[in-house]
Amino acid sequence: MSLTLEEVRHVASLARLSLSAEEETLMRTQLSAILDAVAELSQVDTSAVEPTSHAAGEVAPWRPDEVRPSFPPEKALGNAPAEVGTSFAVPRIIE
Amino acid sequence: MSVADFQPVIGLEVHAQLLTRSKIFCGCSTEFGARPNAHTCAVCLGMPGALPVLNEKVVEYAVRVGRALECRINPVSIWARKNYFYPDLPKGYQISQYDQPLCEHGGLEIDGEDGPRRIRILRIHLEEDAGKNVHDPGGGDSLVDLNRSGVPLVEIVSEPDLRSSSEAAEYLKALRDVLVYLGVNDGNLEEGSFRCDANVSVMRKGSTQYGTRVELKNINSFRFVQKAIDYEIGRQVELIESGGKVTLETRLFDPVRGETRSMRSKEEAHDYRYFPEPDLPPLRIPAGFVERIERELPELPRAKLHRFTASYGLPAYDAKILVGDRPLADLFEQVQAVYRGPAKKLSNWFLGELLRLMKEEVREVGALRFSPAQFAALLQMVDSGELSNNAAKDVFAEMFRTGRDPREIAQEKGLLQTQDTGAVGAAVDAVLAANPGEVEKYRAGKKQVFGFLVGQVMKAMKGKGNPALVNAALKTKLGD
Repeated sequence: MSLTLEEVRHVASLARLSLSAEEETLMRTQLSAILDAVAELSQVDTSAVEPTSHAAGEVAPWRPDEVRPSFPPEKALGNAPAEVGTSFAVPRIIE
Repeated sequence: MSVADFQPVIGLEVHAQLLTRSKIFCGCSTEFGARPNAHTCAVCLGMPGALPVLNEKVVEYAVRVGRALECRINPVSIWARKNYFYPDLPKGYQISQYDQPLCEHGGLEIDGEDGPRRIRILRIHLEEDAGKNVHDPGGGDSLVDLNRSGVPLVEIVSEPDLRSSSEAAEYLKALRDVLVYLGVNDGNLEEGSFRCDANVSVMRKGSTQYGTRVELKNINSFRFVQKAIDYEIGRQVELIESGGKVTLETRLFDPVRGETRSMRSKEEAHDYRYFPEPDLPPLRIPAGFVERIERELPELPRAKLHRFTASYGLPAYDAKILVGDRPLADLFEQVQAVYRGPAKKLSNWFLGELLRLMKEEVREVGALRFSPAQFAALLQMVDSGELSNNAAKDVFAEMFRTGRDPREIAQEKGLLQTQDTGAVGAAVDAVLAANPGEVEKYRAGKKQVFGFLVGQVMKAMKGKGNPALVNAALKTKLGD
């Protein structure tokens, strides 16, 4: 098993996931299986291969520095759980 | 043992907003001061499926910064996701660059404590800014404004080459001057378009082993940079002296109390799980792009400073003030090109009258009402003796206010000194005739009477006598 329970809890907390003890064990098994499968790739000698940092097209067009219309703030706030004026309102994040 | 036994080691990370009109990955405006969330769209709100498209101006500006700071521009650099959760970060990650930044290995020369020093630049990378959180001091919810989300930034990271808080401030000023000269940043620390974090550690003098560093945040003025670093150096030395250990942490500078305090963050700090951004292919710099930008680079502050001292013969102090404001330096050169008199004399006018009046009326050089030629004409009138220095100050003040021609103002105010040798001669004759006793004394060898006679002539001419002409006429008539 390539992952410890401790690592599973750490990753879960970084992702803001709350896992039960059973889920932690399950994730440990499943994530380890994924890592083990990917680790098989390390058997290939890639010293002469340029890293692939992107799978899609290699050339992306740039755009000119021109201002385009934005959403009206009311539309931008369409999914907001709460709002004050035209700001998103979230539970207080500092004391 | 004391602070003097320790060597501070400081590196700065500067975030500078690039002055583009639109955001880095979408067409929303970057203009400051709009209604909250009025400059947002699907991309900078982090809507699912929205894709970023890079603003070409951002690349151009970043390459400008990179070359001005003598960096290598990597032909291929990689966009990366920096993952963390915060309400001002709608996507849950910031698009940045990580292990393959756009620019690397440069430097910036500054005036160190023992002469010029080159501070090495480790890297410069591109990233998008986050939004802004506002916390009502009275409690209640935190409010999120995403207008700033997606505003382009360069992060400029120095090597730990700075050795004192004053060197750090010097570096920061020099860096800001370069960015402002390049026209890519407005250099405004207070409004947050130029922000600075400092990494500070101390080691015993003679040691080669760096101490544990502490990251200082929230240093938003040049004054605070020095204060925050000095406080932190003192705190670390005291901690080590008393047998303690510096811990790797982020501390926030509190400008009101003048101290730094630990950010007690529940987050696992610095576990950002960077990975290559799948929505953006590698940033490839086209052939010839860097060369074109290099050709268009303006003269940089440091080079201008050397030129102002070398070719105009100005003292370093004068040159530094003039060069500190590019439009001011440009104006100086425009006036000097017409004036052609002693540059130091012109510099005195700039540092004295001009800056004094500009300060009083808070004007930018671009808003000045008079032309370089008018300024030059004023100085020429002083040099030729048509205007006394004091009268010239009056004329200058009026020209500054109205943009009217200096000769016209001087005439109107009756400040022109007469160039009429006949009038001077007549006045001298009258004074000599009226003061036979003094003339006698002078001829008998009491030369100090001369000053009195000059004064009498000037008085008779109501201050409009040209002192050089008066002196010459008196000497001739007294037979000297």
